[in-house]
Amino acid sequence: MRAKPILLVTAHRLAILAYIAFALFPLYWLLKVAVTPNDLLYSEGIRLWPSRASLEHFDFVLRHSAFPVFFRNSLIVSGSTAVIVTILASLSGYALSRFNFRGKYWLVALMLLTQMFPLVMLVAPIFKILSPLGLTNSLTGLVIVYTAFNVPFATFLMQSFFDGIPKDLEEAAMIDGATQFVAFRQIILPLTLPGIAATLGFVFTAAWSELLFSLMLISGNDQATFPVGLLSFVSKFSVDFGQMMAAGVLALIPACLFFLLIQRYLVQGLTAGAVKG
Amino acid sequence: MAYAAHHDGLPVRRPLMKNIADGAAPYLYSAPALILIVTVMLVPLALGVSYAFRDIQLLNPFSGAFIGLDHFRALSQDQAFYRALRNTLWWTGASVFLQFLLGLVLALLLDKPFYGRGLAQALVFLPWAVPSFLAGLNWSWLFNPVVGPLPHWFYALGIMSEPSNILSDPQLAMWGPIIANVWWGIPFFAITLLAALQAIPRDLYEAASIDGAGPVQRFLSITLPFLAPTIAITILLRTVWISNFADLIIVMTNGGPADRTQIVASYIFTQAFKRLDFGYASAIALVLLALLLAYSMLIVILRQWLLSKD
Repeated sequence: MRAKPILLVTAHRLAILAYIAFALFPLYWLLKVAVTPNDLLYSEGIRLWPSRASLEHFDFVLRHSAFPVFFRNSLIVSGSTAVIVTILASLSGYALSRFNFRGKYWLVALMLLTQMFPLVMLVAPIFKILSPLGLTNSLTGLVIVYTAFNVPFATFLMQSFFDGIPKDLEEAAMIDGATQFVAFRQIILPLTLPGIAATLGFVFTAAWSELLFSLMLISGNDQATFPVGLLSFVSKFSVDFGQMMAAGVLALIPACLFFLLIQRYLVQGLTAGAVKG
Repeated sequence: MAYAAHHDGLPVRRPLMKNIADGAAPYLYSAPALILIVTVMLVPLALGVSYAFRDIQLLNPFSGAFIGLDHFRALSQDQAFYRALRNTLWWTGASVFLQFLLGLVLALLLDKPFYGRGLAQALVFLPWAVPSFLAGLNWSWLFNPVVGPLPHWFYALGIMSEPSNILSDPQLAMWGPIIANVWWGIPFFAITLLAALQAIPRDLYEAASIDGAGPVQRFLSITLPFLAPTIAITILLRTVWISNFADLIIVMTNGGPADRTQIVASYIFTQAFKRLDFGYASAIALVLLALLLAYSMLIVILRQWLLSKD
């Protein structure tokens, strides 16, 4: 009777370890390539750790490339997008969660439609619309586009967090004379902080990774975000994998930090809202 | 809320202005998001749809004329499109199935508290934070026998007859992006399914085990029915999303070798940015959109039918 639980527990821990190994091994390899000096890159290509590790690629990327500029641009774009999307999605998510109104059905249908088509289709039209406004080759233009792309999913996410908060709370406040907006701001929003954190992190990582529109809307190096910058390592004379991977490792840091902090809230919040169809 | 005023049973007379303000409230809350979606997505979408009926070539100043259904006529003869359609089915089906299966197992493993769960959860969800094209670059590196360990491991395990790059093997190439996609997408299913699992009331399980139900029976009669709505909606969303997801394929194989990994989404990308033929690219995108809408409608109708049958 006692042997069975121990066996089960061991199997469970081993399975968890297998998942962790699968999740982390590619990231480990990224780091390994980034610290391998160029002369060993191919000769020790398949060793688990190079006989000589060095930080020369990191040093080069940080001091002699435009990477710090890309990094700053990405930080500005992703940060602004995350904040604006979260504000807009809190408002619209609250509307979907708390009100029954004509047009609600159409709003949801519209938001679902935006998830359906290949965004490639929008590149040329968006370029045509933003160009006369002076919003191409500008970080502002990029923030506007990313905000629009991320608002629908963020709205559904925020709605599920609001659904998890009992309605009586703001009804009680409104009986005490508060308007609904005041009740929303002072009572409901503070309770949704985990949801807000989750949405912020979710949108930040999405904007941080976006390549296509950044590639198409930005032409100058001084406005480029880091995915575009990374590709510039490829388009030089030869692909400099060491430097590229070093830049990749550096670029992973903020996204991963953000994600490690918020993943707990993501699960909690979705639990509270009891994600249902 | 006008609705609440009727709802509490007391006929409350309220000033007209207040009623109007209350009625407008939901529209005011959703207006900023709605305006942005309409101007940055819906208007360009309409423009993009119109391109499908026009001759739009980026470097040709004489293009732009309306040509009716010519693109669609060309498309119906385009063998590369049909191959891309078949590849899309394979790519989407295999990716969604494996992501879902492994995601569900992971969610079940993480459901009960154990020492170090918080850390384990943070680590296994990490791939989700990796930018997709970086994941693609990294995996193509891993599959390369010169600099990556995977071909040698497969060879040692006897899966491969020699350590070669599966990305350049027409028979196996699609597995490369699929594996990268599964690695990247497991966390999405695991997060949503874990959230749904934790929302199941615990006493149901206790009651069932008092009644003598075994673990398998508990899973089939409690867990699965509770998860069903979440499973349906996440699979629907992911299917649509993965059919449109070309990043990994473009980075890892660029549709090759011999178009064996070309899916419709990457074919659109090739038409638009390699051949600069935006008209034809829009026509293909429109067909893909129609197919995905039809698929979603089918799932929604099926779900309604199943619900009404109960």
